[in-house]
Amino acid sequence: MSTLVLIEHDNKTLSPVSLNVLNAAKQIGKPITALVVGSDCANVADQVAKIAGVDLVLLADNAAYEHQLAENVSKLLLEQIDPDNKGADAARFSYVLAASTTTGKNILPRVAALLGVNQLSDVMAIESESRFKRAIYAGNAIATVESSDAVKVMTIRGTAFDAINAEGGAALIESLSNVHLSADIEFVEESLAVSERPELTAATTVISGGRGLGNGENFNMLYSLADKLGAAVGASRAAVDAGFVPNDMQVGQTGKMVAPELYIAVGISGAIQHLAGMKDSKVIVAINKDEEAPIFQVADYGLVGDLFDLVPELEGKII
Amino acid sequence: MKILVAVKRVIDYNVKVRVKADQSNVDLNNVKMALNPFCEIAVEEAVRLKEQGVATEVVVVSIGSKSCQEQLRNALALGCDRAIQVEAEDGPDSLSVARILAKVAEAETPGLILLGKQAIDSDNNQTGQMLAALLDRPQATFASEIKIEEGKASVTREIDGGLQTLKLTLPAVVTTDLRLNEPRFASLPNIMKAKRKPLEVKSADELGVSVSSNIKLISVEEPAQRQAGIKVSSVDELVEKLRNEAKVIA
Repeated sequence: MSTLVLIEHDNKTLSPVSLNVLNAAKQIGKPITALVVGSDCANVADQVAKIAGVDLVLLADNAAYEHQLAENVSKLLLEQIDPDNKGADAARFSYVLAASTTTGKNILPRVAALLGVNQLSDVMAIESESRFKRAIYAGNAIATVESSDAVKVMTIRGTAFDAINAEGGAALIESLSNVHLSADIEFVEESLAVSERPELTAATTVISGGRGLGNGENFNMLYSLADKLGAAVGASRAAVDAGFVPNDMQVGQTGKMVAPELYIAVGISGAIQHLAGMKDSKVIVAINKDEEAPIFQVADYGLVGDLFDLVPELEGKII
Repeated sequence: MKILVAVKRVIDYNVKVRVKADQSNVDLNNVKMALNPFCEIAVEEAVRLKEQGVATEVVVVSIGSKSCQEQLRNALALGCDRAIQVEAEDGPDSLSVARILAKVAEAETPGLILLGKQAIDSDNNQTGQMLAALLDRPQATFASEIKIEEGKASVTREIDGGLQTLKLTLPAVVTTDLRLNEPRFASLPNIMKAKRKPLEVKSADELGVSVSSNIKLISVEEPAQRQAGIKVSSVDELVEKLRNEAKVIA
């Protein structure tokens, strides 16, 4: 029995989080089949075939899959997992994994339901073939769960696993020709933030701003510091709700989970919901004028003072 | 058009969660319970669609023991028209919930089914998607805007890189994200009125669904606590520490 991993990509490049998911798959210890679904995405399949540990790449390349709509991709996955429609017990794969991103979360529960099994969401550790750890209650408790489902469908928290080596493999690529196209769903448009900075969840340094920044314009200070450090810029929910920055910058339980080498929290008080999204960072720096702010309880280095003085000063002193 | 809203009774989001001493689960004894915040947003959206004349009736459903009637009454006070409680043990798994909801949807034939994107206790983010799959209907998860026109729902979704808009043929399943709306508070007259609104009780058996789970909770532990570090007195000291002690900057 083997593991099927749904690869995340934008039809051109492999999303880095897939390397973390593949590492989780490697820890399970079964042969790994990677599925690339998209349109004009043969490049991605080539990249995946080179990843050490991937045994086979399935490529479903069709205009119908351009936006990876859940209705279509879930049926394609089901067809691969259970080709003869005999149920989960007769499935070709015993594990089905995807990243715990908005794409993975959107698609995988549909696959689980069609197979008649449960899904384990946001898995952060593989304890054994059937035991896994996952966060519940906004990260305030960690549950160990055991699944007896014949097919274990799981979304993986990327930041909880190291990335697998993207080189060294030479897997075969097999094309899938069946197309699933639902007439009941139509893609209209997408507005994606374009940024020269690294992606939040993949960045080695993240600088986040909170309500203390006062307005969206003041985030320019953080962008400027970020460019010097090669960092990504995030925000607290308070800053997003106040309309300072768009929601895709939100770090926290209801936003993105990050675990960079260095996390700099600027003007962020440290609500539980924000801490849940960044407390696995290796080194945390907090800059806040309120020395009682809860963020200082998790920060390795705290600097109390006016961020409008300290941030430019910090930028000036970094080489 | 009828709207079906599914809601869950969960720990109040302001309550600090504590793990039981024997690590068997979190301690929910004498803890304040409430409507799951994302479900509250779903209720609000359904009620607004009714106020705009898009929907004609809003039916709210919850699955659990009798205590979830409190949250159903709450939803009725917020403007839902009638409620269904499907009696089951508390904490059924997502697949069982989706199967029960599918049966309710088959009987009620709503044009739109609204759910919260996830419950703040189990943090699964699955039920809406599973329900859509079981009904073989389109879905739009993490909605931040919903427009209904000519038998279609145009839904803007919050995705990792930004926003995406999809057009779904009704009936469809939509799950709500935080920024879809700001739920209202129930007024006292509406709370009183809600007591007289119809609340029907069904059992999972009656609907032909056996509630079981192949996922067993083994133990629950507190997350590793981070120790507070030190306060530095100047930017110079911070830069020195980051460079020479933590070695995270050049």
